[in-house]
Amino acid sequence: MKRHLAFLTALAGATVLAGTAIAAELNIVHGSVGRDQEILRSQLDKFEAETGHTVTIVSMPESTTDQFAQYKLWLAAQSSDIDVYRLDVIWAPQIETHFIDLKPHVEDIIDDYVQGAIESQMVGDKLVALPMFLGAPALYYRSDLLEKHGKDVPATWQEMTETAKAIMEAERAEGNEDMWGFVFQGAAYEGLTCNAQEWIASFGGGRIVENDGTIAINNPKAAEAINLAASWVGDIAPDGVLNYKEEDARGVFQSGNSVFMRNWNYAYALGNGDDSPIKGKFGVSTLPTGGEGMEPAHTLGGWHLGVSKYSENQEEAIELVRFLNNYENQKERAIVTSRPPTLTAVYEDPEVAAEQEFIPLWKPVVDGALPRPSAATKRQYNEVSSEFWTAVHDTMSGKGTAEENLARLEARLQRLKGANW
Amino acid sequence: MSLTSDAAATGALTPTKPKASRLSRERIRSAWLFLAPMLIVLAAVALYPLYRTIYFSFTDASLDLLGEARWVGFRNYLEYLDYGNGQGEYFGLLVDARWWRSVWNTVWFAVVSVALETVFGLIIALVLFRKFPGRVWVQAAVLIPWAIPTIVSARMWAWMMHDQFGILNDMLERVGLIDTPIAWTASPETAMIAVIIVDVWKTTPFMALLILAGLQMVPQDIYEAAKLDGVPPFRLFRKVTLPLIMPAVLVAVVFRALDALRVFDIIYVMTPNTDSTRSMSVFARENLFDFDQFAYGSAASTLLFFIIALMTISFIYLTRMNLEGDER
Repeated sequence: MKRHLAFLTALAGATVLAGTAIAAELNIVHGSVGRDQEILRSQLDKFEAETGHTVTIVSMPESTTDQFAQYKLWLAAQSSDIDVYRLDVIWAPQIETHFIDLKPHVEDIIDDYVQGAIESQMVGDKLVALPMFLGAPALYYRSDLLEKHGKDVPATWQEMTETAKAIMEAERAEGNEDMWGFVFQGAAYEGLTCNAQEWIASFGGGRIVENDGTIAINNPKAAEAINLAASWVGDIAPDGVLNYKEEDARGVFQSGNSVFMRNWNYAYALGNGDDSPIKGKFGVSTLPTGGEGMEPAHTLGGWHLGVSKYSENQEEAIELVRFLNNYENQKERAIVTSRPPTLTAVYEDPEVAAEQEFIPLWKPVVDGALPRPSAATKRQYNEVSSEFWTAVHDTMSGKGTAEENLARLEARLQRLKGANW
Repeated sequence: MSLTSDAAATGALTPTKPKASRLSRERIRSAWLFLAPMLIVLAAVALYPLYRTIYFSFTDASLDLLGEARWVGFRNYLEYLDYGNGQGEYFGLLVDARWWRSVWNTVWFAVVSVALETVFGLIIALVLFRKFPGRVWVQAAVLIPWAIPTIVSARMWAWMMHDQFGILNDMLERVGLIDTPIAWTASPETAMIAVIIVDVWKTTPFMALLILAGLQMVPQDIYEAAKLDGVPPFRLFRKVTLPLIMPAVLVAVVFRALDALRVFDIIYVMTPNTDSTRSMSVFARENLFDFDQFAYGSAASTLLFFIIALMTISFIYLTRMNLEGDER
């Protein structure tokens, strides 16, 4: 790997004209979904032209769970191969020891950022990563189909279930064999944790682990939410949803084969792409609630740029992080990828509103998004998340009821917690 | 692997060992000398990591803080937590239901897939052993699945088995075997079957090749004699061919079983990470890297090593496999 990277960077370096003063060769790593890769490359090209440094992208699988394992290996080996890591919003407390404190390097711009995003990357007094873009999911719906069958955008999960079923059956009767009602992320990985904590919180079932570290997940409201979700599988959602990640769900929805989809913001830009069969035929709304008078819940997502402690080009790496997060690049990223920016001002940019109305519309949702309990559970977050998604996945695939699985989950979480997280 | 027995038949007949001559002592010494580089390399790349893994399984190490590992004894394997009121419970890998489930999954996978591969491999080898026009091309074509990297074929099959766009469901529906698409990799009932299908597809050529090599060592005059005596073909196969190629088949089975017990990539790529398909290697990796449980994962790796060693040794012992290449 190392030699391979060295060779690649050397190759890239050789193409730069000699004569530029101390040109560094940087490596940035990210897991690309949708159009992330393409936009990152074009922005890196600008950076290269401006500074004379070269930057190579190292690509990762789409699953955050897979990425984390690889990053942890590199970091544990104190590898200097990678200078800049794109980090998931939940990781900061687990890997902060391997990253430099960015706070002194961004003091002049830190106040321009969405404060919640900055706080999510603070461990004690240290800024582990500079927020790049945020995420808060949406309920994607086929506006043309809702109109055709005279249905409203559903406000509750129960209503969503009924509408999805009605439209799905009507469409199938018309010969649309492949039509489904709802697709989401049901594979046993971090994405299911995001989906399931939204169902539970919107039913008033609380959180996986409360902010103060207490565990109250084993309650009737949570069970009700998961039982409803389990009823979707094989009914309004395909059986295969138990192995769907973001891109699988988008594949079904974007090929026109589902009425509803729960997905992150990136799917909006792609669904409206020129090659998309559903271009202009879908809308987004906030996720449904667990019933009348309840509040919806949206998991806070997002990816942030951290500079490795083991990088040999820290100065240049910080420069790169600042560059990728400047106003112009954030604006371009918001327009091209429909990922919510982290600079408050970009939300108010008229051009962004004109090109990608989704962004200003989603500002309140992002602001009110529900974080995962990564701060409360510290280094044990991954195991907590894995226990949680296992309990949900078991219920959905018919292994035990929600009540049984939640009781077991609670006991397991208590044991993980021990005296203290 | 020599199956003929012209070599090393000495010593088996004489009750007392003849005193080694100076020449043979010399030869033994130079043999060790030639082996030394390999042994040193092996110690460096295999034994040392193995020792480290076993050592870490007795500590409370965490991946990014390996230097701070402290010795905790057998706690990762088995620990009794006393409540102080006469009650208590056991913790640790040896009582971890999830771990034993993954052991069972792995063994189940290995037994079923290796059995199927052996049967199919034998059939293909017998076909390829016949001379027919274009045989060379068929031999080359058969090898294709084996030549594709596992990770690539796993991904490829995952797409082919996809419940919405998969070609496999499409084909089965056209033939009328199923009326609704099956979510091969997603549902717990079919996920393991899907993994076994892919593994059999991929590894049968390897088995066929090893068995074919065994077949080609069988002296041809036996068959000519059998033809003269008018032995029916199936009986010939059972009484002559099978016993003669058995050593080659057994070696192939051991090779495959070793591989199958370490299975990781195909399961990791194709199926969701659940109890129904998790193998020992997946379990170990999950604890080593995903969770902050490096020591526990090391303990799992250590047990995995011993389980595989035990199974291999007992298999060799039970089949009285002849590793020396001399007469039994």
